[in-house]
Amino acid sequence: MATKLGDYKTQVHNDWCPGCGDFGIVNAIQMSLTEMQIPRHKAAIFSGIGCSGKTSHFINVYGVHTLHGRVLTFAQGAKIANPEMTIVAVGGDGDGLGIGAGHFVAAGRRNVNMTYIIFDNAVYGLTKGQASPTLKLGEQTKSLANPNSNYNVNPIALAISSGFTFVARSYSYDVRQLKNIITAAIKHKGLSFIDILQPCPTYNDLYTRDWFAGIDQINEETKKPTPRIYNLSDTGYDPVVHYSTITELNEKLSQALEKSLEWGNKIPTGIFYKNELITPYTKRITDKIPNYLENPAAKQKISKNGKSTTDVSDILDSLKI
Amino acid sequence: MAFDYSWLIGGPQGSGVDTAANIFSRVSAKLGYHIFGKREYHSNIMGEHSYFVVRLSDEKISSNVNGANIMVAYDAETLIRHCLEIFKGGAIIYDSSVIDTTIDEIPTLEVGYKKRLLEFFKSKNMEPNVSSIIDLAKKNGVKVYPVSFRDVLANIANELGKPELSRMVRLFNILGVSFSLGILKAPIEPLLETIEDTFSKKPSIIELNKKAANFSYNYASAKFSDFQDSISNNGKSENTLLVQGHQGSALGKMVCGCRFQSYYPITPASDESEFLETHEILQVREDRPGSTSIIQTEDEISAIGMAIGASLTGVRSATSTSGPGFSLMAETLGWAGINEVPVVITLFQRSGPSTGLPTRHGQDDLLFAINAGHGEFPRIVYASGDVEDSFYDTGKCFNFADIFQVPVIHILDKFIASSIVTCNRFDPDLVSIDRGKLLEKIDGDYKRFALSEDGISPRSKLGLENGIFWNTGDESDEYGHITEDPVTRIQMMDKRQTKVEQIISLIPKEDQAVVYGKLDICIVSWGSPKGPILDAIEMHKQDGYEIGFIDIKLLHPFPTDYIKSLLIDSSIVIDIEANMTGQLASLIKENLLRDPDYYILKYTGRPMTCTEIFDSLKKILEKKAEKKQVLSYGD
Repeated sequence: MATKLGDYKTQVHNDWCPGCGDFGIVNAIQMSLTEMQIPRHKAAIFSGIGCSGKTSHFINVYGVHTLHGRVLTFAQGAKIANPEMTIVAVGGDGDGLGIGAGHFVAAGRRNVNMTYIIFDNAVYGLTKGQASPTLKLGEQTKSLANPNSNYNVNPIALAISSGFTFVARSYSYDVRQLKNIITAAIKHKGLSFIDILQPCPTYNDLYTRDWFAGIDQINEETKKPTPRIYNLSDTGYDPVVHYSTITELNEKLSQALEKSLEWGNKIPTGIFYKNELITPYTKRITDKIPNYLENPAAKQKISKNGKSTTDVSDILDSLKI
Repeated sequence: MAFDYSWLIGGPQGSGVDTAANIFSRVSAKLGYHIFGKREYHSNIMGEHSYFVVRLSDEKISSNVNGANIMVAYDAETLIRHCLEIFKGGAIIYDSSVIDTTIDEIPTLEVGYKKRLLEFFKSKNMEPNVSSIIDLAKKNGVKVYPVSFRDVLANIANELGKPELSRMVRLFNILGVSFSLGILKAPIEPLLETIEDTFSKKPSIIELNKKAANFSYNYASAKFSDFQDSISNNGKSENTLLVQGHQGSALGKMVCGCRFQSYYPITPASDESEFLETHEILQVREDRPGSTSIIQTEDEISAIGMAIGASLTGVRSATSTSGPGFSLMAETLGWAGINEVPVVITLFQRSGPSTGLPTRHGQDDLLFAINAGHGEFPRIVYASGDVEDSFYDTGKCFNFADIFQVPVIHILDKFIASSIVTCNRFDPDLVSIDRGKLLEKIDGDYKRFALSEDGISPRSKLGLENGIFWNTGDESDEYGHITEDPVTRIQMMDKRQTKVEQIISLIPKEDQAVVYGKLDICIVSWGSPKGPILDAIEMHKQDGYEIGFIDIKLLHPFPTDYIKSLLIDSSIVIDIEANMTGQLASLIKENLLRDPDYYILKYTGRPMTCTEIFDSLKKILEKKAEKKQVLSYGD
């Protein structure tokens, strides 16, 4: 029997602020799971700490709400132990690019087949609006006493240079594009990353829904706002690495990095970079352990009638004198 | 009188001291001796002083003694540091090229050590150099055998018609072992066999090493034929293994079904993970091969996070670390506690605080293991005293984790990790596997944290149909969803805490503490002092004194009633542990309201010897001991 969108929703009361960009993200994840008809018990949402951390409680699949900055570690452990699970890790930009930045970089290098979504709102919401890693130098959101004194992290560029093989950006109020990108990310063979621009209506009075919609940029002819957000796929941009040549790889990496620098009047969304020619972590394991995918840790039988079935006699023989 | 003989080899790190010691140990084991060896080294890749002492006996031994019978010295520093430890009638084989070296020419001597040396030579009215210290050794009745390692190597090269070999200083390790076995008139066959075993992956150098061994064996036995001591074939036991400390828990993990281990490189824990990775593909009876996923992570926070993630899929999972890494794991440990995740943390202690003595031994982390992480949650802290225990205890720790659904900290240490011992072949049939309330099938409504009498709820795993649950580091309801409801908070805290009683009542007494002898005069200890304590007790027994010993293995929750019942008639209680403050003693004081009568403590970073413990106990028996004795033997 087909699972319906409602099957992926829990009864847990959602206590995000009215108008929060997070709602769109949860909806899009649920729509994507429905579209792909992933059995509920075969999917797990791992989340970090903060408003975004509550996401796992709203989705009716396995939900693991972890620690601040550590979500990728838990998620990778689970995926490596049971590669049959569809795993989506979520967290805020402070969680993933501040306290968890080391794990972010290391995860990119591993390229485990799963998806990581950052709810990027440039503030620490749940602790009442401090500057987070994507807030730009000199910017001052409303609860800051002074302008931000740190340079910002560029999540797209960091993901690309860390080895993520699918790097995208989306916008939380464009649920349709968001759903499509999440689906593409989950289907990607390797570690996929989506930086989701997600206005915090309570604490970020700079990157508001209106600002993204460009209401300050009225087109003189049409008298309409010129939206900042645009979709790379509408510009003929091709993010995919098609051949295993260094030349093409470098071109695709460079164009993605260049696009990642675009910010201000126009902000690109969509898939910046996609490369399935880099081996996923699974392949790196099967190179050493040929039957890993058929018989991963989670499937192995370790005992019979309470006794171990592992046979270490060869190793013990080698230690014999 | 049992045969009891110690051999010491020392040289700059990277010079092959380890290889030489492993070969010597294996040869001695092949000859049928019981072996106990320890490795001491600096936090350094090349050049600093390292040494290895191998003790052999025709009876079971479980520690080292003070001093050695024979020493092989590759450099001046080894002579300076160890010459005066060699027993009367013993021998020193050393590289003759270092004879004129002065103290000032040895840059690796620490400032304080050098100052003490200069004072020492001054007090003896001697020049501060190698030749003085050798003279002192001679006066002690030690035979001194200078050999030019380079000349011997040149002779070997010459004999084989391969002049380029004269530069192969790597062969010095074979030379050192062969000289020793030559003067000891040991049969040469075990040496040649061991060379084949040791270099089986590099067949090209087997012949070369064998030739070098033969040459130097004959050279020493002919040239130094006045040496009286000998070792001979003692009849070997079929059932004996020669194992290194880190191999016990690694093999325990393979056998008990641990299929995931994440780690960040750290001394002295990494050897265990590397051994597991070397054997990552596992043979399984009546099944296709299995495997362990060994993941080197970016830090220890990731290591424990990954292990927990893997455990949530129903896999027996572990991480392995030492003090600094364990410190980083503290927050995540609490997450495993509140989410009732079975995970094993193998904690190879070393000397702290901070980086401390990174390559040295210590037992400073007991109270930290018990208290790490904020908030209140149940956990198990369990210690093993030697390599053999570490094999069997590893399986028990995984059972505890599964049965009680708690994190288990399995404490080992550097002394265990870097010792090499003979022991009975590990018997996997003695390892039972109990996964507790782990479910394989679920029907109907499922609550991961369902309230239950014993505080332990049936456990689902990621991927199991109808078994969906939620985890959170927040307080949660029975489904695992966040709650701040005060009534639920009490229920959930109480539910988890109920496990403490379960742990104490369900873990068999013999797994909580092991009792040796009559407990009138009673030692209490935990972990690796076990070996030297048992040897020291045996030495006192031969002198007609009986001393009992309780090896406490379950350290948290503390088995108060059991230990109290054991100590009820003890007139003297002696606490022995390798830390400064007596951390086990503080648990005894807290739980039993009894202060041990005596403390024997050591925190130099060097393991205790049975000699030191014997001497300290003797003072206690003679009523000449201070309440606290601090041990300091070893370089």
